[in-house]
Amino acid sequence: MTRSLLGLGVMALAAMMLALAMGSVTVPLPDLWQVIQGDGSALHRTLVWELRLPRAIAAFATGGLLAVAGALMQVLLRNPLADPYILGLSGGAAVGALLAMLAGMGTLLISGSAFAGAMLATMLVFGLAHGTGSWTPSRLLLTGVVVASGWGAVITLMLAITPSHKLPGMLYWLMGDVSYARTPWPAFVVLVVSIGLIMPLARNLNVLARGPMQAAALGVSVRPLEWAVYLLASLLTATAVTTAGSIGFVGLIVPHMLRLVLGNDQRTILPASALAGGTLLVLADTLARTVIAPEQLPVGVITALLGVPMFLYLLHRSR
Amino acid sequence: MSTLRARELIINIPGRADGFALNINVEPGQIWGVLGPNGAGKTTLLHTLAGLHPARSGQVVLNDSPLKELKRRDIARHLGLVFQERQDTFPATVMETALIGRHPWLSPWESEQGEDQALAEQALTALDVDGLSERLLNTLSGGERQRVAIATLMTQNPDIWLLDEPTNHLDLHHQVKVMNLLRNQAESGKAVFMCLHDLNMAARWCSHVLLLYTNGDACWGATGSMLVPEALERLYNQRLIALEKDGLSVFVPAQ
Repeated sequence: MTRSLLGLGVMALAAMMLALAMGSVTVPLPDLWQVIQGDGSALHRTLVWELRLPRAIAAFATGGLLAVAGALMQVLLRNPLADPYILGLSGGAAVGALLAMLAGMGTLLISGSAFAGAMLATMLVFGLAHGTGSWTPSRLLLTGVVVASGWGAVITLMLAITPSHKLPGMLYWLMGDVSYARTPWPAFVVLVVSIGLIMPLARNLNVLARGPMQAAALGVSVRPLEWAVYLLASLLTATAVTTAGSIGFVGLIVPHMLRLVLGNDQRTILPASALAGGTLLVLADTLARTVIAPEQLPVGVITALLGVPMFLYLLHRSR
Repeated sequence: MSTLRARELIINIPGRADGFALNINVEPGQIWGVLGPNGAGKTTLLHTLAGLHPARSGQVVLNDSPLKELKRRDIARHLGLVFQERQDTFPATVMETALIGRHPWLSPWESEQGEDQALAEQALTALDVDGLSERLLNTLSGGERQRVAIATLMTQNPDIWLLDEPTNHLDLHHQVKVMNLLRNQAESGKAVFMCLHDLNMAARWCSHVLLLYTNGDACWGATGSMLVPEALERLYNQRLIALEKDGLSVFVPAQ
């Protein structure tokens, strides 16, 4: 376990280095090393410290948040297809954020509103899909997809009635673009703190993955645990969406890939998801910045291009 | 050693009259078999006794404390349950599955140590699945999975063992092996309470029998006094032929 986490940590660092070096102006590795030591040219210093590093950290934190949120939801719903984006949580968060922006609120209120939107979306999807029975995979996914398209309609409506000078600021919520991240630190802190909070519960989650009855028989207080996981997953999603808009499929691809390689012990999967999700989004964002430079692609496009085939493959294989 | 008591217990089966309230004491050393037709509420009774299903009235008492007042974790240290159906959405190995039995004994920051591993290995060996410990659960046969589930309960090592049809999917040899294992556990001070479909197993291995009728009626007592053909024929609505061989009663359904 420690070794795989160490490996993922090294990969994350390497991806960071790549993100700092690559771009419209390439900073060669020896120069990058000088910049890290506090030397280097003024241009390189500005590029690395003021432009690329905050963006790379924002990408890392967002990817980590989304991957951990996905991993948590998959255990909570005992469904490997659960993902904040597919279940419409990102849509709810975006609607909350856009509403706050329409009303001309400040950054903090926008974040709060996005969080409320994510919570509302979660409650709606989980509540409706639960019905009288259990969370069956097909019912949950269908509910999520339908609710997500409902959010899509609300978003279109709001964009249609928004004065055009406010539009650019709003569009980033929908595209999923790290370049709009104002400051990377709140997302990073939420990621680190929530991993710290969830680790003591990780073995409980392993038991919960066997079903609520089995978990209760093994001494897990199922209801409080489910609520804690549900709240945390919503908080993580809301923070990610607040940082970089709605970026899809990271929460689906990353935990799934990790489970194939590392098994399904949440004590490994959760921190590994944070590292691998962060790495994936740092790489995807570097690609988005450089592939048709100097133009930039929203990173959400890259993750969707990776995620859609992956999701269809999983769905095809599941039965 | 622990005792599980049902006091004036009426299990909650929707749409069914209250029937007969259960007053039973499951004591260390005893092996109880619950017999009854499909839908009589055997599984519901088991879940109610484990505190996983609310009773309609009455209560379940574990060592003088009502189950409702105990924390799940404390219950799980005294009482464990093998379910009839299991979920395996995510891939898990046999060893990982057995080790989750240690969950109630470990604090949040602890991970499984050598002794937990040893307990799990012992249990897997006792159920003849030790050779499969690195295999994924979903690659096993139904009988092998059943034995892994029983090994998980053995790793949990509670005083009271509740089992829902433990011999399901098992071949004859392993049916006998599991029943002998349960008898050994009872002899070492555990209390065993299980649902069964096989009258002859109940006759041979159970010290007590509870007959559960579809209408909610119930009767219970020492095995010898309960397994009389008339009561069993009424229970299953099926004519039986009772045979005696070397002092053992054997029941065979008549055509």
